[in-house]
Amino acid sequence: MKDSIKEIWVFGDYRNYFQNRVTLQLLSRATELAKMLQAKVCAVVFGDQVDEWVNEYIAHGADRVLVIDHPDLKNYKIETYVNLMIRLIGKQRPEIILVGATNFGREFAPRIAKRLKTGLSADCVDLDINDEGLLVQTAPSFGGNILAQIITPECKPQMATVRPGTFQEIPHNYERTGEIVRIPMPADLPKERVHLIFSERSPQRSQRIEEAKVVICGGRGMGSKKKFKKLTELGELMNAEIGATRPVVYANWIEADALIGQAGKHIKPKVLFAFGISGAIQHTAAINNAEFIIAVNKNPNAPMMAMADIAIVADANQVCTAMIKELKVRIRG
Amino acid sequence: MMKMLKLVTCIKQVPMVSELPWDPRTGTLKRNLADGMINPACRYALEAALILKNTYGAEITAITMGSDIAEEVLREAFAMGADRGILVSDPKMAGADTLATSLVLSRAVQTACADFDLILCGCHTSDSETAQVGPQMIEELDIPGVTYVDRLELDGRLLRLQRLSDNFIETLEMELPGLVTITTQRQAPRYVPLAGLQDAFTDKDISRLSLEDLDLDPELTGAKGSPTKIINVFSPTAEKDNIIMKGSARKIVQQLFDQFDDKIGGAIGKDIKDYQESQ
Repeated sequence: MKDSIKEIWVFGDYRNYFQNRVTLQLLSRATELAKMLQAKVCAVVFGDQVDEWVNEYIAHGADRVLVIDHPDLKNYKIETYVNLMIRLIGKQRPEIILVGATNFGREFAPRIAKRLKTGLSADCVDLDINDEGLLVQTAPSFGGNILAQIITPECKPQMATVRPGTFQEIPHNYERTGEIVRIPMPADLPKERVHLIFSERSPQRSQRIEEAKVVICGGRGMGSKKKFKKLTELGELMNAEIGATRPVVYANWIEADALIGQAGKHIKPKVLFAFGISGAIQHTAAINNAEFIIAVNKNPNAPMMAMADIAIVADANQVCTAMIKELKVRIRG
Repeated sequence: MMKMLKLVTCIKQVPMVSELPWDPRTGTLKRNLADGMINPACRYALEAALILKNTYGAEITAITMGSDIAEEVLREAFAMGADRGILVSDPKMAGADTLATSLVLSRAVQTACADFDLILCGCHTSDSETAQVGPQMIEELDIPGVTYVDRLELDGRLLRLQRLSDNFIETLEMELPGLVTITTQRQAPRYVPLAGLQDAFTDKDISRLSLEDLDLDPELTGAKGSPTKIINVFSPTAEKDNIIMKGSARKIVQQLFDQFDDKIGGAIGKDIKDYQESQ
């Protein structure tokens, strides 16, 4: 019977390149979870003229796409989107719902979970299915030095948000077919109480840190704001983006959008330099897809050093200065 | 005459250190072992409330949920300029996830300040970072709400907000009463004057609310009211067979660039091998 087939839903956030990538990454992991659960993968897409995304999601693993396509849904509206999602969930009863931990997703998912009185774990670094068929959600927890495995044993749907870059998307296959279910926009939705007056794209960094091949991250071990600024000079020599840990952002050594970590950005560079970073899990959870890590720390026992391919036991600021000097000599032209 | 603006800030006491032992049996933090402080984002929310108070006149009620020692953060809130402090405390509330926490805090707001105009929360806590309690209170209270707010201004009953959300700078409007969560991007919190802190310990009273005062079913609070269960906690081990380099910074850097030119030079798209030495 078709109704008894479990479904894993992925919220289709397509607004920007990066939000769309996290949707594709979630579809990828959802197809793997679906195999373990003998379930189907379903993407949910709200918006205005969204066929492009519907087809992309099928090509990336969705068996079914639920679409509400209407001019009123052109901009993301929190209350409207929550109301639509709740109605769909009520009718279709998915087993699991995965949402990208974008700013919108982090606002959207908790509200859905609250309305349904179900559990939600934030910023999962892994998702799995246990012997009882429950979703095991691995998330950084409790002050940032441990990972917790969380289940939602008695409530459905089981919900999790996942940061962009946590899972790898699978290559698209436009030969794949899927069922497209077009749902009319309900006429009786409550009126939206939060009004978007104006929206503009914020000025972008020259090279997005999530996609950068080389990232230089600095921590409190750099010593001071002035010394931390040297990383920018090193970054220019290396075509690298600069990231930072939480204490550095709090100390205002660099703007908050440089934060690499659970509440910031996830990165996957080919080479990562970690200067003066001790390695709290809130930070390291966001860098575990880095291919090659060079860590500099006076303390050889810092967790960051254990993660590194090359552990340099030295003062971070001095090594940074030496690198700048050496690169200026070595790089010609 | 217009009534005085009523603001509520929900603040949380968080451990000042990030490395605390946890109880392997329950998977929860041994919070009693750490000094507490106001969660940084909550402090920004309180600052945003104080700015509204200075501009329009307002009464600020600070609410926290926690054990007896959480009273400290209310005292600190007094010293910053909060007018009332509410400690929601009950052993039955221990082990709450965000669903149960948002229920208790919402009920506390309704009990202690039913005619509130605006609730200000920090966008997330530094100890769990889920950022879920604010949005879930918006649902529980069925009021308009906006998360990750950087700026806010009031025009009568209309609140105009600005935020950076997923690389869009958004201007939004909503009518009061409502709820906002505040980021740590904009207005740095004021310092607490020492004299103010002393007064805060003597001058002002803190009201305590228990589950009974909130008329809440214990089944809906604490661990019982929390649909998520922690089944395991572990320290991620990522030990690698790594290369350790020591010595003078200059020597290390030369060695690094010579030996790993393919890795580093390849990634940065520049040749960093020192030809003078190799030729």
